[in-house]
Amino acid sequence: MLELAITKKLKNFSIDTAFNVAEEIVVLFGPSGAGKTTILNCIAGLTNPDEGRITLNNRRLYLSKEKPIPVQKRNIGYLFQDYALFPHMTVKKNIDYGMKDKALVHKLISVIGIEHILDRYPQQISGGEKQRVALIRALATEPEALLLDEPFSSLDDKTREECQRELLRLHSIWKIPIIMVTHDYKEAEMLGNRILLIRQGKLEK
Amino acid sequence: MNYTPLLLSLKIAGIATCIVLVFGTLFARLLARNQFPGKRIIESILMLPLVLPPTVVGFGLLYLFGNNGPIGSILMQAFDFQIVFTWIGAVIAATVVAFPLMYQSASAAFQNYDRNIENAALTMGASKFRVFWTISFPLAWPGLLAGLVLTFARALGEFGATLMIAGYIPNKTETIPLAIYFAVETGNSEAATFWVLSIIAVGFSAILWLNWWSGRNILKFTNDK
Repeated sequence: MLELAITKKLKNFSIDTAFNVAEEIVVLFGPSGAGKTTILNCIAGLTNPDEGRITLNNRRLYLSKEKPIPVQKRNIGYLFQDYALFPHMTVKKNIDYGMKDKALVHKLISVIGIEHILDRYPQQISGGEKQRVALIRALATEPEALLLDEPFSSLDDKTREECQRELLRLHSIWKIPIIMVTHDYKEAEMLGNRILLIRQGKLEK
Repeated sequence: MNYTPLLLSLKIAGIATCIVLVFGTLFARLLARNQFPGKRIIESILMLPLVLPPTVVGFGLLYLFGNNGPIGSILMQAFDFQIVFTWIGAVIAATVVAFPLMYQSASAAFQNYDRNIENAALTMGASKFRVFWTISFPLAWPGLLAGLVLTFARALGEFGATLMIAGYIPNKTETIPLAIYFAVETGNSEAATFWVLSIIAVGFSAILWLNWWSGRNILKFTNDK
């Protein structure tokens, strides 16, 4: 269970939001610039809220006026919009970078079916393959929660649907809280157990 | 022909390049992506030796490291150690004058890749130290190497500040640029020509290699389908 209640002042508005995520996929849906990515960054620990609290499985990640748990110790997977694969490492080295259990990674690779590209570099594989590699790389660290920032936005329709199905399949095996940011309503409906509408940093019913 | 100026020049430029590599990379990494008040002022000070005449840098160093200067007097009293008129003075001059070139290249190199690449490594549990060595440094390496070549070439050619702090002492502080100047002064045009040609050869090879190498790297990152 991921719980958060945070406020953070941005340039033109303030984020002021609170929600919980159980072992489900929650979609943060809203226009660009609504503060969705900033909320993910606060959960991951890449930036900090001004006030509030964030807990994951009763572990306190952030609490006002206390020293926040650093990014490296949060154990939260993060899939960036542009995947942020390490361009100077092969796919295999990318996945191994934060790997905890070799057998599990082996299984993930064969479930998703990317054995044939393990020795290639990120600039030598397609967009859909990059997306899959980034997802496996994030799961290889055995995170307690997963954050996805517009993970399918740069894929063509066919690849997007395949990747979305794979995410649902993985989530049915791997029950962790997943928060996904998107501004595609069809995608939000297809993947989200719940959809939270965010506008100007605040939840709308 | 006495080859001491060549060996001395290589030694001084080599050591200066190593110092500049460490500090230039460090400062660039610290300043490149952090915003804080006074950053522009610090950056301007770091870049200053690039626009100042080397004689001004030499004057400043002479003031600091002279036997009566604030640093020089401490070294003299504590360790009986003199920097002025030694090859170490030449290393300091070359370091200060070449530093901005490395800083500029390194600074650009650390801003040249997507910051989320580092963030991704952090979310995967890697320490900041590991992220620097396995992600930031390799990704910035082409830019750092370009800075290194420029630094070495600039250090090799340093004349004004070196003359002021290290002076011209044959076989002790006689680098190639100094050897050229004093060969001309004493009418020894044969030696002057030799050193002029050799320093042109070194400078030209460094730039040529740099151009070839960076061109090859750009190809590697774009056409590697």
